[in-house]
Parts: sequence; C-alpha cells; structure tokens
Amino acid sequence: MSKAATVRCSARSVSAPLVLAAPPLLFMLAFYAVPVLSMLLRSVSDPVWTLSHYASLTGDTVFLKVFCNTLYTSLIVTLGTLVLGYPVALSLVRAPRWAPFILVLILLPFWTSVLVRSYAWMVLMGRHGIINEALLVIGIVNQPLRILNTPLATQIAMIHILLPYMALPITNALRQIDPSLTRASSGLGATPWATFRQITLPLSLPGVAAGTLMVFVLGLGFYITPAMVGGPREITLSMLIAQQVDQLNWAYAATLSAVLLASALAIIAAFYRLPGVSNAFRMSAR
Amino acid sequence: MIVVRLLPAMVVGLILLFLVLPILVVMVVSFSSETYLTFPPPAFGLRWYNAYFASDDWLQSTWLSLRVAAAVVVLATFFGTLAAIGIPRLPSALRILASALILSPLIVPVIIVAIGIYYSFARYGLVGSPTGLILAHTCLAIPFVVTSVGANLAGIDPRLEQAALSLGATPSGTFLQITLPLIRPGILVGALFAFITSFDELVVALFISGSGAVTLPRRMWDDLLFQIEPTIAAVSTLTIVLTAALMGCAQLLRKRAPT
Repeated sequence: MSKAATVRCSARSVSAPLVLAAPPLLFMLAFYAVPVLSMLLRSVSDPVWTLSHYASLTGDTVFLKVFCNTLYTSLIVTLGTLVLGYPVALSLVRAPRWAPFILVLILLPFWTSVLVRSYAWMVLMGRHGIINEALLVIGIVNQPLRILNTPLATQIAMIHILLPYMALPITNALRQIDPSLTRASSGLGATPWATFRQITLPLSLPGVAAGTLMVFVLGLGFYITPAMVGGPREITLSMLIAQQVDQLNWAYAATLSAVLLASALAIIAAFYRLPGVSNAFRMSAR
Repeated sequence: MIVVRLLPAMVVGLILLFLVLPILVVMVVSFSSETYLTFPPPAFGLRWYNAYFASDDWLQSTWLSLRVAAAVVVLATFFGTLAAIGIPRLPSALRILASALILSPLIVPVIIVAIGIYYSFARYGLVGSPTGLILAHTCLAIPFVVTSVGANLAGIDPRLEQAALSLGATPSGTFLQITLPLIRPGILVGALFAFITSFDELVVALFISGSGAVTLPRRMWDDLLFQIEPTIAAVSTLTIVLTAALMGCAQLLRKRAPT
C-alpha cells in the first residue's frame, strides 16, 4: 500500500466514527455539559473572578452541618443496604429454585420510581400510618411514634430504594466464584461458616466494593426522598442547593454543587483503584 | 435444629417483605373507599381511579408525560445508538473524553444537572415548555441507550461483519443487513429505558416545567404538598403497573440479546 493510500485509509477510519459520534456529542454538549458547567462557573465568577465562595465555606456552619449530615446519611444507608443486601444476594445464588421469585421481588421495587416509593413510605410511616397502627395494636407503644419527618425516615426509605444497587453487584460477584472451591473447602473438613469466611466472603469483596461505591455515591445526591420523608430540619446537600436556587443565590448554589460533585468524583476515584472494582462496576452498570 | 436451618430463609424472607411491602400497601390503599389513608381500608372500591379519570388536570399531565417520553425515546434512541457505534472506534484520547461526557449523567447528582439546565434554559425561554423537558430528558436517557446498545455490540462476533465485507458487501450494506438486526434487542431495551427515564423523571421537571408543562410526577409532587389523598395512590399504582410491564419486556429482550 502506498503512503498516500495509508494516510487516506487511516483518515477515513478516524473520520467515519467521528461522523457517527459527533451528533450525540454535540447534543450532550449543548443541552447538558455547557449548561451545567456555565452554572458551576458562577461559583468562581460571581460577581468577579474569585475563590472567596469556596474559602468562606470553611467557616460556614450551615454548610458544614448539612455536609456532615449528607455524608452520615449516605454512610448509614450504605451499611444498611450491605447488611440487608448480602443475605439476599447469597440466597439468589444458593437457592436456585427460588432465584427467579426472589429476583422479581428485588426488581419490582427497583423499577418503581423514587417518587412513588418515597410516597409509599409516607403512607407507611405517617402518624396514623400502618407502622404506627401495628405498633399500637401489638401494644409496644401507647401513642403513635413520630417517624415521618425524622432522619430515621430518610434512612429507612433510602435503604429501601438503594438496596438493589448493593444486592445485584454482590450477586454478580458470588456467581463468578468457582463452585469447586467451596466444595473443596468443605471436602477438606471446613465448617460452612469457615468456608464462608475464608472462601466466599473474600472472593465476593469486589462486588461488595462496587455496591458500596454505587450506593454511597447515589446516596450523596438524594433529593426527593429526604425532601418528602425527612422533614425540614435535617436537610441534605441537595436540598440546600435547591433552597439556594429558589432564593436565586446562584453563586452559593454553584459552590455547593461543585463541592457535591467533587465529593462524588473523589470517592469514585478512590474506589476505582481497588482490585476488581472497575470490572464489577462496569458489569453491574449494564 | 430445624429452627437453625430455617433461620436464613426467614431472614431473607423478612428482607424481601421489607422490599415489596411499601409497593403492595400503595396498591391496596388505591382501592380504598375512604378519604383517609387507613390500612387495611374499611371497604374497597374504584373511587380514586374514577377521581383520576374524571380530573382534567391529571389527564393533561399524563398526556404531557406520555408525549414528552415518546419524543425522548425517538431522540435518545437515535443519538444513543450513534454514540454506541461511533465512540468505541474513536482514537483513544478522544474516546475517553467522549464516553466521559456521554456517561456522566449516570453519576453526576441529578440536582446539579437540574439546576444547571434550569440556569441555562431560562435564558433561552425553554422553561415551562415541553421542548425544554424533551431536550433535558434526552440528555438523561442517552447514557442508558449507550450502555444497552454498547453491551449488545460488544457481544457480537466480529467475524460476521468481516465475512460480509470480504464477500463484497459495502460498509453501509454490512451495517444495515448484519449489524443492525443483531443489535435490535439492545436498541429496544435502550428505548424502553429511555421511556421510563423520562416518564418517571421529577427533579429536572421540578425546576423547568414551570406552570406551562406540568408532568405527571410533577403534579404528584405538587399534590403531596397539600394533601395525601388516595388519588396519588391510584396514579402510583397505574405507573407501577406500566413501568413494571415495560421493564419486564426489557428484561426478557435482554436475555435474548447476545451479550
């Protein structure tokens, strides 16, 4: 092949994919990336170029309280989904006869919108909701508990909503464990518990890490659920951002948004270095 | 001994109950005959479904949500499929940038996307119009189409395309007759995801639907601020049934796709 032909050929192999990819990329740039970036730019350009909005966050007690509350909520929710999600994942792999049934029970709420599920928890946790009625009937409490509009309500509803994001990557990791390993372990006399602790659990850790990453990062950005069931006192960063936009404090809203985005990206970057996480993450993203 | 053996099953059973109970309760409450949310309802009836179908506001919002979602399906499926085919063949530096741009809505907190779009769309008069919602929802839906078509494409045997080319088919003929039929399941799954992404979307709609383009989730949200009457339970039940049916289809299609 002559040199000119090679050049033309490689030029074509770049240009054809570019022609295909250009329309979606331009669309995303125009209606998503540029709008979001120009909003974020307000955090350093309002009213003049400055970093003062970021500098003043360190002494901003409202921000610090809300930021800690957001991290804390996400942490509790991640632990909650792990404790509840691992047994479900294990049962999906260990009880193949029940697996389709269990999978439907996980996916049905997963496919229901966050709004509808948050509304469902409002119905359950209200002063005359089912949880309170049941507690009164059993006689555990004498008067209705205040559950709705508390941090606990946010945590319970978020655990419910994010549980599949933890259970499904763990299921994937458990499925990939070679069954002959656990058979060998019990054949050599290990108790089921020892086999679980020394074989199954360590080999499922990439799935646990992927699930933890996904639940924690998604939890950081939750807006609808805390706004609906959490009440006005313990607000999250997303709620504070929305409030600031309502008051047209664009510079402050943009600064908070940049902090929220940076936190999410920092956590993803930290987790991606762990072995197996990027793979497990990519697999469960499908 | 039998208790020890049944314990894990009971624990998993309780967790699964925790997962489905809220959904079931909403469905049961929607058939209540009472104004107040008591459980179990004293009597059953279709009162709240009648209220929904008799309300112009609810029906208008439903119709708007369906129209927006339909437009989003067309745009997102088209752009997403182009991206899924084009981006993996780009040179490496450009490929990483392009996938970061296209997939980032999956991880950027939606409140940031929502206020960014609100901030910019307000200047171009796109707030309070279905057009603004369609453009914004399409950006949120494209990543789902790209991942679904991309997974499907990655599962195709490259020798099929090579065979077609070596037997004299043109590149576009190969695409239309070999590649496209093979990735049809991935495209359909992507289209279903795009529909649900738009139909269920609330946060962006809260900021940009204004008073002129009130979608179904937005009307539910507005209603919840004033009252918790069971009409919302009826609407919720209808949307649960619709999305579950569509996602069920997607799940079946996905099993048939060679991924």
